[in-house]
Amino acid sequence: MKFRDILNSGEFVITAEVGPPKGTDVHEMLHAADLLKERVSAVNVTDNQSSVMRLSSLAACYLLKERDIDPIFQLTCRDRNRLALQSDLLGAAALGIENVLALTGDHPVVGDHPSSKAVFDLDSVQLLQIIHSLNEGRDMSGNELDGPTNFCPGATVTPGAIPLEPQLLKFEKKVKAGAIFFQTQAVYELEKFREFMDYARQFRVKILAGILLLKSAGMARYLNKKVPGIFVPKNLIDELEKASDPSQKGIEIAARQIQELQEICDGAHIMAIGAEEKVPKILDTAGL
Amino acid sequence: MIVTKQKSLEEILNFLGDDEAIFLIGCRLCAAMYDTGGLPQVKEMGEKLKARGKTVSGFSAIAALCHGKNVEKEFSERAREVDAAQSILVLACGEGVQMVNKISAKPVYPALDTLFLGSVIEDRRFEEHCSLCGECILNLTGGICPVTRCAKGILNGPCGGVNEGKCEVGNGRECAWVLIHDRLKSQGKLDNIRDIFDPKDFSRALHPHSIEEGDK
Ligand code: SF4
Ligand code: SF4
Repeated sequence: MKFRDILNSGEFVITAEVGPPKGTDVHEMLHAADLLKERVSAVNVTDNQSSVMRLSSLAACYLLKERDIDPIFQLTCRDRNRLALQSDLLGAAALGIENVLALTGDHPVVGDHPSSKAVFDLDSVQLLQIIHSLNEGRDMSGNELDGPTNFCPGATVTPGAIPLEPQLLKFEKKVKAGAIFFQTQAVYELEKFREFMDYARQFRVKILAGILLLKSAGMARYLNKKVPGIFVPKNLIDELEKASDPSQKGIEIAARQIQELQEICDGAHIMAIGAEEKVPKILDTAGL
Repeated sequence: MIVTKQKSLEEILNFLGDDEAIFLIGCRLCAAMYDTGGLPQVKEMGEKLKARGKTVSGFSAIAALCHGKNVEKEFSERAREVDAAQSILVLACGEGVQMVNKISAKPVYPALDTLFLGSVIEDRRFEEHCSLCGECILNLTGGICPVTRCAKGILNGPCGGVNEGKCEVGNGRECAWVLIHDRLKSQGKLDNIRDIFDPKDFSRALHPHSIEEGDK
């Protein structure tokens, strides 16, 4: 079943992500994708994540597609103006890629080409509008397309953002612009996430909660310090600290969270960052 | 004002090359405000050049070096000093440098880097609040410009990088979208930003700009 249909089926949806290589050797990425294939509904492909230059997300999506994996094409506004964004979207559609995650993208100064020219011709909300318009058979200047697209558009939201209110206002704009599913930033504080869901339920969109696999207490502390919108509570850090095998503990925590999330939202998006081989184990432990 | 910064002496000496006699000119407006190109800095630069073996054929600083008539007048009054120079070093913004370049046939060089249009926050502190985009939206955004003060210039609210009100690019910069949100909220005007802002019309900022009396 396609990702879009699974979303609509009411089933608890699992997605995961892979990062394209920095180079042309795609073996590792494809190996990771193969491990995910039978266990998740779709696989996100990151787009020069953290502004670090890598193989293109579009090409990588196609390679996944060829292996019968439904890809979610992450597309950022950082590197492309409105012509390139639309052109890549038409390219994706022609290659049979149907899911797009519209992102603003990190600023280049945080990545490995800090002196590059940042584009940001559009923002993620405007990108969603374009996707809608391409689906209707028009480009953003109103010109008719020779063949429309048929995208399932998604976006991101950070339920733990501080302050939260501006983030929610933007979330509503993304809904208005046509996003039908959301993958969230990693959530560890389920109570706070539950509150977000109480609010988000009024919109008819699917929310997949982000699960970022914890590998150690040190990593958890790093996330708290460095990554906006992520807060790993102390009891989880303690749990990791005390564990004889922190990596196994991280898997258990992720599995437990997925179980709890089943009551709260529509799915989970697992970010294992380089440890994709652990995703099946997380799902086994969660009984999925 | 236009905020500028002096280039290093080494860089300047590098492009002056073998030119021996130099005429120096600064600007008494913007460049004088930040002490990058007022009369004292012009004099000081002259001394530094002399110490490195150059001759200064003359120096001055006039008000508004970006004003063609001012430059013409100064150059005709100092024709002898200018003629004696092999090149002209300008301590002003890029507009000033190019105005001198229009009026003199001699090689004209910049002594400053031109940074931005800025407000004077404190004596030695300048901040950029407007990037001259050609289509002002401050009426909707609570008087705070997202085009300039958001590192990404995005128009529909904060990106995912905002961290406790600070921008992801660091340096302690505040997130413009959090500022806009708070300001509008305190004024009961959040509705201003509830609708989706259209993509920006960058053709309005097409370079080079020009405008004449009567252009609307
Ligand atoms: S929107 Fe911003 S950049 Fe544009 S004119 Fe207004 S203040 Fe300047
Ligand atoms: S953190 Fe705020 S100011 Fe910085 S790029 Fe994101 S939206 Fe713009």
